[in-house]
Amino acid sequence: MKFQDEFRDRELVKNMAANIRRMAERLTKPVNFMEVCGTHTMAIYQFGIRSLLPENVRLISGPGCPVCVTPVGYVDRAVACTADARNIVATFGDMLRVPGSRSSLMEERAKGADVRIVYSPLDAVALANANPERRVIFLGIGFETTAPTIAASILEATKLGLSNYYVLASHKTMPVPMEILTADPDLALSGYLCPAHVSTVIGANAYKPLAEKYRIPCVVTGFEPADVMQGIEMLLAQVLAGESRVEIQYSRAVSWEGNPKAQTIMERVFVPCDASWRGLGLLPGSGLAIKPELARFDAERALAIDPGEEQENPACRCGEVLKGKLSPFDCPLFATACTPESPVGACMVSSEGTCAAAYKYGR
Amino acid sequence: MCLGVPMKILSRDGDTIVAEVDGVQKEASVMLLGEEVGIGDYVIVHAGFAISRLDEEYAQETLRMMKEVFAPEDMR
Ligand code: SF4
Repeated sequence: MKFQDEFRDRELVKNMAANIRRMAERLTKPVNFMEVCGTHTMAIYQFGIRSLLPENVRLISGPGCPVCVTPVGYVDRAVACTADARNIVATFGDMLRVPGSRSSLMEERAKGADVRIVYSPLDAVALANANPERRVIFLGIGFETTAPTIAASILEATKLGLSNYYVLASHKTMPVPMEILTADPDLALSGYLCPAHVSTVIGANAYKPLAEKYRIPCVVTGFEPADVMQGIEMLLAQVLAGESRVEIQYSRAVSWEGNPKAQTIMERVFVPCDASWRGLGLLPGSGLAIKPELARFDAERALAIDPGEEQENPACRCGEVLKGKLSPFDCPLFATACTPESPVGACMVSSEGTCAAAYKYGR
Repeated sequence: MCLGVPMKILSRDGDTIVAEVDGVQKEASVMLLGEEVGIGDYVIVHAGFAISRLDEEYAQETLRMMKEVFAPEDMR
C-alpha cells in the first residue's frame, strides 16, 4: 500500500522519509527495527509506512498484541470456566473469537454459556456486586498498561467485601520478551520502537538495562505517522553513531519514571512470575501473578479449573509471526482459510494483531 | 483492547470522572493517575482508567489520527 495521500502531515512525513533515505545510504548493512506494540503495527500498515522506507531499513512486527501472545492453554481454561452454570465469564471483547484447543468463548456463548463483554475491569466488579449468587471470573490479560487496571479491580472488590469476584490472570510484562528477541541471532535486530502506552506506566528507564546489556538502541515512540518516522530517524542516527541509548520521542505522554501510582497499585496486587507466551514459550519473570495473600481472587487457585488437553492447530504459524520471523503474507492460511471473520490463529483476531492489520490494510 | 483513547473530562466526583470523545460519554476512574486532573483536562483512557494526562493540542491530533486508523469499536 502507498502512503496515504490525504494525510495532513504529508509534507513533514515526506521530508522525514527523504532524510531517512539519505541516512540509510551510509549504512554498511541492512537494519531491522522491531515495533512491539499492536497500535504501532496497525499504524504502520494503515499508513503504508514501509513503502516510505529504503530497502535496507526494515520494520518487523513483534509480540505486541496482548490477545495474540495469550497461549492456547489459557483460552482452554477460560472456556472451561464457562462450563459451570454458577460462573459468569467477563472479558474484553477481543478474547471472544480466539480459538482454543476445541472451542472458543464465542462458540460456548452461542451454546448458552454466560460470557459478558466488559470495557473496564470495574464493570466486572460491578457485575459481581449485582449478582451475589454467581461467580464472576474476569479474564485478566494485557501488558503493563492493563495490569494496573486489573489490580485496581481487585482492590475495589476487597473494598466492597466481595467473595464472588475472581481474575484468571495471564498478564505479561514487556522488557523480558524484548531481551529474548534481541538475543536471537536469526532476527538480527538493530533497534526497538518501544511501545507507547506500556511506557506511560513503566517509564522509559525500564529499557535501559536492555539498551546497555545488548547494545541496542531503543526509542519510545508515539503512533502517529510522523511519530513513527521520527522514531525510525532517531534509531538510525544511533546506529550510524554506534550508540545504544534509550530515547523518548513520545515525550507528550511518556516520562522516564512512568506512572508511579499505577506501578504501586500493580505491586500491591501482583508479583512477577514465569509466563507462557504464544510463540515464545515459557519466559522467566515475564508475567504477573496475583500475590498469595490475595489468592481468594485468583481463579486459578480458588476454583478447580480443568482445561483438558492442549492442542495447537498445527497449520497456524502465529508463533513465527509473533517472533517476527514470518510475514503474515507467507503463512499459507493467510486470507484463505484464515480471515478476520473466521480466524484460525490469534494474530487474526484482534485488530492489533499483525495478521489482522496485514489483512485489513496490507494487501 | 490495548488502545488508549484521549478523552476530555466533563465532570469529576472523587475518583470517578465522566469523559467524552466524539459526543460519547463514559465513566472512568482516575485512581491510577499520578497527577491532579479536573474538568476540561484531557486524559488517555484505557480499559476504564485514565493512565496519562495529555495536552489538548496533542489530544486532538492523536484523535484525528486514531479515527483514520481504528474502527469505532476499537476505540470504545
Ligand atoms: S494467517 Fe492466520 S493462521 Fe496464519 S499466522 Fe496469521 S493468524 Fe495464524
